[in-house]
Amino acid sequence: MRRFSWFNATSLTLGFAFLYLPMLILIIYSFNGGRNVAIWAGFSTKWYGELFRDQAFLDAAWVTLRVGLMSSTLATILGTMAAYVIVRGGRFKGRTVMSGMLYAPIVMPEVITGLSLLLLFIAIGLDRGLVTIVLAHTTFTMCFVSVVVSSRLVTFDQSLEEAALDLGCTPWDAFKSVTLPIIAPAVISGWLLAFTLSLDDLVLASFVSGPSSTTLPIKIFSAVRLGVSPKINALSTLMIAIVAIGVISASLINKRSVTKRLKDEQEAAAS
Amino acid sequence: MAKPSKTPVVFAPWEDETQKPIIQFKNVTKRFGNFTAIDNLSLDIFEREFFALLGPSGCGKTTIMRMLAGFEAVTEGTILLGGKDISPVPPNKRPVNMMFQSYALFPHLSVWDNIAFGLRRSSMPKDEIGARVDEMLRLTRMEKFAKRKPHQISGGQRQRVALARSLAKAPKLLLLDEPLGALDKKLRHDTQFELMDIQEKTGTTFVIVTHDQEEAMTVASRVAVMDHGKLIQVATPAAIYETPNCVYVADFIGDVNLIEGNSKKVGSDKYEVSWAEGQAALHGSCPREIADGTRVTYAIRPEKVAISADKPKDAANAIQGTVHDIAYLGNISTYHVMLPNGQVIKAQESNTRRLANRHFTWEDPVWLSFTDTAGVILTE
Repeated sequence: MRRFSWFNATSLTLGFAFLYLPMLILIIYSFNGGRNVAIWAGFSTKWYGELFRDQAFLDAAWVTLRVGLMSSTLATILGTMAAYVIVRGGRFKGRTVMSGMLYAPIVMPEVITGLSLLLLFIAIGLDRGLVTIVLAHTTFTMCFVSVVVSSRLVTFDQSLEEAALDLGCTPWDAFKSVTLPIIAPAVISGWLLAFTLSLDDLVLASFVSGPSSTTLPIKIFSAVRLGVSPKINALSTLMIAIVAIGVISASLINKRSVTKRLKDEQEAAAS
Repeated sequence: MAKPSKTPVVFAPWEDETQKPIIQFKNVTKRFGNFTAIDNLSLDIFEREFFALLGPSGCGKTTIMRMLAGFEAVTEGTILLGGKDISPVPPNKRPVNMMFQSYALFPHLSVWDNIAFGLRRSSMPKDEIGARVDEMLRLTRMEKFAKRKPHQISGGQRQRVALARSLAKAPKLLLLDEPLGALDKKLRHDTQFELMDIQEKTGTTFVIVTHDQEEAMTVASRVAVMDHGKLIQVATPAAIYETPNCVYVADFIGDVNLIEGNSKKVGSDKYEVSWAEGQAALHGSCPREIADGTRVTYAIRPEKVAISADKPKDAANAIQGTVHDIAYLGNISTYHVMLPNGQVIKAQESNTRRLANRHFTWEDPVWLSFTDTAGVILTE
């Protein structure tokens, strides 16, 4: 164990305070009984009740959920395919350019992506709505999925696929029954990442959403412009809870499988 | 070498004109860009053979194997399997299975499911698959570990599962890519004999790729020594060792003394090699005709060189020198003897006596002797 040091303790406290103090205040005030968000008026969960009675918020949540599920699934399929080709496609012409172009949207300002998508949808006459948000979110989350999946594919022993072919698999069967089960954790975390990104995207959605398809971030943003309501605090607290549960459980599952595997290997070596 | 007519028990289909090879390479060339991995190679491999491809890394031995498995396409020439050109057949349709160097066991499947993997993709009825998997588990003595995952068993056990999986479909040809490379020495020795046993039991043709010459010599019926995409010599392990056809093979397989000199014919296949001034010429044989005065290499294995204090009376070849170094290896000792011209010749003696009773020590004058059939004369 390291010795306790005032320097370390101070840096830790400062760092975490910087990161989490705003959220902590938000969470505390979501249980505020009063109407004014800045004045504490006793503990209450009434704003959570109000939130679930507000149809506009529920509609927006439903839109966000559907957009998230659809776009992250689509992005996972496309991103995995792209990663597979980039990592496994061998040295075809333009591979370097292609892999660079695949990752460029990560650093592209969202405003530009949003504007260009808006222009595209207008040009091809696609009405703005749920579909356009799904397409826009797929566009920008698939490169994140690609990054996650390709980093797993790089360390993947290629002879496993060759062994599957050798034992009678068609290339598709080999992918389905050997590659996919092995890279599944990366694909799942890619999906989770895409889903989270879609969940809290404001910029792209505000470019391409239509009147009938307001997502939760847009709803929150526009509600806050009219004044911060304690309902928003409650909603945000719920979102923090969902994200935290997701992240913590994902890392716990991952850690458990790693420690189990290490233990098994040690036992195998000893036997 | 055994004469086929007198000893029919000896397995030597390559000497039998009537035997048809199971694999034929006909002028096969493989290029990767500008690099020629396989250079106009022709080779016949026969049924039930245990054929070893031996060579340093990068000599093309793995490429041959991958072309047989179907992972690499031939640039020029044809490969025939059972008389049919296999180049249009994809890997999953070939009656060939491969055991990978990394074993390539599927980590998400149990040992049982790994072995059943190929069978499930064949036309075998479901109820027969179980019996076949159990048979393979018995063959490789892995019955107890059927339910384990690959990371729950040891390296040696993984090797056996990989072998069981590649044999399960009863392929015409089994390819083994450095199958024992990941095992420690003792386990490797045991497994070599196990491999030979399984090969005999199943009657499958095995092609093994290895860079370990001892392994190739132990397991193989024939060894092909390769270098730079070419076959240098293809022969039985004994023939490779006793009658190498060139300096490369003699030097690559085992330990050898190489003495350069000029040859002169003295008998039907007997030659003299004058190698140093003031020294008696060496006597040796060569089945090929060599013109007088050709620069040749006289190759003699250390264990065929006798070492003595006095000059032996009736030795065909005797050279004097002084003991320069002694390498004690337990069962044998290798004496490095410096000749008057500065060349060092190695002579190996079995340590039949205890170390304390050793005859020679450093700087002792000694005589090296060997018969005129012990050494071979090499022209390349």
